[in-house]
Amino acid sequence: MSTIAQTTEEVTIKFAGDSGDGMQLTGTLFTNDTALTGSDLATFPDFPAEIRAPQGTLAGVSGFQLHFGSKKIFTPGDEVDVLVAMNAAALKANLGSIKRAGTIIASTDGFDKKNLRLAKYADGAKPTEDAKDQGFTVYEMPVTKLTRTCLKESPLGMKEKDRCKNMFVLGFLYWRYNRDLQSTIDYLNRKFKKKPDVLEANMKTLKAGYHYGETTETFTTTYNIEPAPMEKGTYRSVMGNQALVMGLVTASKKSKLPLFYGSYPITPASDILHGLASYKHFGIKTFQAEDEIAAVCATVGAAYGGNLAITGTSGPGVALKGEGIGLGLMLELPMVIVNVQRGGPSTGLPTKTEQSDLLQAFYGRNGDSPLPIIATKSPSDCFDAAYEACRMTLQHMTPVILLSDGYIANGAEPWKFPKAADIPAIEVNFVPPTDDDEAKFMPYERDEKHVRGWAIPGTKGLAHRVGGLEKEANTGNVSYDPANHEYMTKIRQAKVDEIANHIPEQAIDNGPTRGNVLVLGWGSTYGVIQSVVDALLMEGHSIAHAHLRYLNPFPRNLGKLLRSFDKVILPEINNGQLAKIIRDKYEIPVLQYNKIQGVPISKAELKHFVGSVCETY
Amino acid sequence: MSTLPADNLVKKLKAKDFATDQDVRWCPGCGDYSILKQVQSVLAELELNKDDTVFISGIGCSSRFPYYMETYGMHSIHGRAPAVVAGLKLANPELDVWMITGDGDGFSIGGNHMIHALRRNLDINMLLFNNEIYGLTKGQYSPTSEVGKKTKSSPLGSLDHPINPLALAMGADATFVARSMDRDPKHLKEMLKRSYFHKGTALLEIYQNCNIFNDGAFFIFTEKKNRPDTTIYLEHEQPLIFGGGTKGIRLDGFKPQIVDLNEGKYTVADLWIHDEQDQMKGQMLTRFFDDPRTNPAALPRPFGVIYSTERPTYDDMLFAQLDEAVNQFGDGDLDAMIAGGTTWEIK
Ligand code: SF4
Repeated sequence: MSTIAQTTEEVTIKFAGDSGDGMQLTGTLFTNDTALTGSDLATFPDFPAEIRAPQGTLAGVSGFQLHFGSKKIFTPGDEVDVLVAMNAAALKANLGSIKRAGTIIASTDGFDKKNLRLAKYADGAKPTEDAKDQGFTVYEMPVTKLTRTCLKESPLGMKEKDRCKNMFVLGFLYWRYNRDLQSTIDYLNRKFKKKPDVLEANMKTLKAGYHYGETTETFTTTYNIEPAPMEKGTYRSVMGNQALVMGLVTASKKSKLPLFYGSYPITPASDILHGLASYKHFGIKTFQAEDEIAAVCATVGAAYGGNLAITGTSGPGVALKGEGIGLGLMLELPMVIVNVQRGGPSTGLPTKTEQSDLLQAFYGRNGDSPLPIIATKSPSDCFDAAYEACRMTLQHMTPVILLSDGYIANGAEPWKFPKAADIPAIEVNFVPPTDDDEAKFMPYERDEKHVRGWAIPGTKGLAHRVGGLEKEANTGNVSYDPANHEYMTKIRQAKVDEIANHIPEQAIDNGPTRGNVLVLGWGSTYGVIQSVVDALLMEGHSIAHAHLRYLNPFPRNLGKLLRSFDKVILPEINNGQLAKIIRDKYEIPVLQYNKIQGVPISKAELKHFVGSVCETY
Repeated sequence: MSTLPADNLVKKLKAKDFATDQDVRWCPGCGDYSILKQVQSVLAELELNKDDTVFISGIGCSSRFPYYMETYGMHSIHGRAPAVVAGLKLANPELDVWMITGDGDGFSIGGNHMIHALRRNLDINMLLFNNEIYGLTKGQYSPTSEVGKKTKSSPLGSLDHPINPLALAMGADATFVARSMDRDPKHLKEMLKRSYFHKGTALLEIYQNCNIFNDGAFFIFTEKKNRPDTTIYLEHEQPLIFGGGTKGIRLDGFKPQIVDLNEGKYTVADLWIHDEQDQMKGQMLTRFFDDPRTNPAALPRPFGVIYSTERPTYDDMLFAQLDEAVNQFGDGDLDAMIAGGTTWEIK
């Protein structure tokens, strides 16, 4: 029989199943292969907080969404064209997000009586039939049965065989999107080098899925996606935490300082610890501390000792680290605090994304305690942001907070990566040793940037004491003098403010430099704002997008830039935190758009909101 | 470590060279003075280099200590000194790192860090100034205060059962556990030296008198006239003798028993011989913890090195791992890391 190959511009696929079904891996493998075809793409993994939530239930559904196409892709897509549902719960949880007349690929073995009951369908319900009635195209495949049949001869146990069923689905999708199997075959060869039976079973199932598409008459169409018009260069696919790790390692090499990472496992930041622990041959010291407080305090100790000191965590961890961060601030030592934000408060939504720790970053410490804050905006941007946070901390002798979030951390995108030689060195100036025993070393003497010297233990002639008590200017001795405290408070503020003179001015990311509407953003809303502003510009509106890397201090031209527009819209995945700060600082009205559901803002909803503001002109 | 120049131009430091220009702010008569003095003279006697020596403390009266030492130093935050020390030692393992803590700092607010520091076994020295009271916050009961202690925060007597710091240390698999006192400078100096020469985390508990809020808490052990009967000075491979040579400890099965050496029933040959490396017996010695004021049959309180063993230090192991990683994967190559496994070209 003949199949028609159809060319299409963009596709959004969601893989959904039990958290034990291997959907994250399936999605990742399909993503890597998609990247190789030259598509632009964005992904959004969405998994339950429990490692193995009860099988077959709605709570246990794990999803991986991929949006790819032959044009610039900014977001993982609002709605999906194709839903792969490994069981009834996966269908039920995602039915609402399938495009009208979209496609459902259902693994029918996951729709038996038990699964229907677990997914809380009424007795006798036929969800796949209902979906057809609603106009969806539903392909029903007995994936488990087909997998078992194709592995009849395999020596593996039934459980292990069933674990291959995600390969069947993957193989089928490769057929559907006109791919070859090579990238996944290579992956399997690497992964199961030492387990030949498992390797063979996975290969077989992968191919069976592919051939199933080819030979089954139900499927008449395959889809071609042309490569996207991307900048020339060499690319790879990268996830946020992965890029962040590489940014830190790069900063360590470029500053010629050993990197110390003190951390305590916490979702969604643990992958930074895992990643750095795998780079020991770069001299990276990872220290899994007994708790969050020990992690930050060990980081202070390492900074005092002259390492590039980093600690990473998520919001609840930052709450615990507050006093330790304050110590670093008082000691004026360089260290980076990475916060991969998740839904809060308290334990909140560990696996869901949110931008709700901004006020914590600004104000979450006792005393007047300003710290620079930097935010990353996308998975690949984590590399630059991490490098920049290290540069800033080393050159301004203050702890720096780097904000990422769960969406960025686990999302992936193509990355035109830099060559190491093109990345500038980071200059570090330790206070040099001295033979002069009589000249008293002044640990809190400052340069024109208000920065004190970094005098590390082991340096001849610089023995001195520091501590969390207020310091006397210059000498660093303990001082309770009222005027001195006011002076020191102001100088700590001035030191942070001064950074504005050493960072670039804020640029417009897209659109004109003045006009009716400016959409201001920070962090992971970058993609969705880009796509909305792009679309509205195309429709002829006077609109622009500016995205903040530097949140404290703000770029020196920010006030002027904001005032060049009639209205400023600020979308955030929180209850309006940056909006509060912008209003306070620049005394301008800000239109908030807030979504606080643990998921990214969708293009449709933001376009609706921003579009309606544009329409008033 | 930055080694001293080979020529002898470097002048030998005296104890007073380790004193800073800061006024010492402890209350007059505080036991901390004695400890400061012994530490300064031990550093001089050991000819330690002040540029390679660091004192790190937490919060409390004792934690003011670094301000008075002409070395590197950090007065950190409450209870967290063990963590700061860990980061510092891993940043630069060549440093001689001393940690100063108290009973509240080390065993209440910082109890968790203490446990993990002891099992982790970095090559550091910990001095625990135990005064069984909160001095800096003006006299509340501490985790080592006795039950029933009347303080401002416990007017009807404290309900908390006290921590036995050294028993806890043994439970955490500490590699060096010792006890000394502010009022026996000679012994204190000896113990400081033993701590310094131990490779691994050395915990030295020092009974320290807070003459303002808990005066005399340890006098039953530390006053010269009381010492013979209430304390036992441990020496490696020597029998457990006290009472001015009149009494000893023998083991009756697993039960330590006080015996009178004058009675004629037992001789020195029957006594428990102290073995610093015996962990089981070390555990038992930390359990010599009854208060002779409330229990006349109490075993004498041991002073000296209770337990000492060698175990690879965390710092050594971490750096060995870094070397091993280089052996295995070669020196880290940035370009290879950044490119990762699979790349593609857009032309
Ligand atoms: S309060 Fe007690 S421990 Fe503190 S300095 Fe005074 S006497 Fe010493």
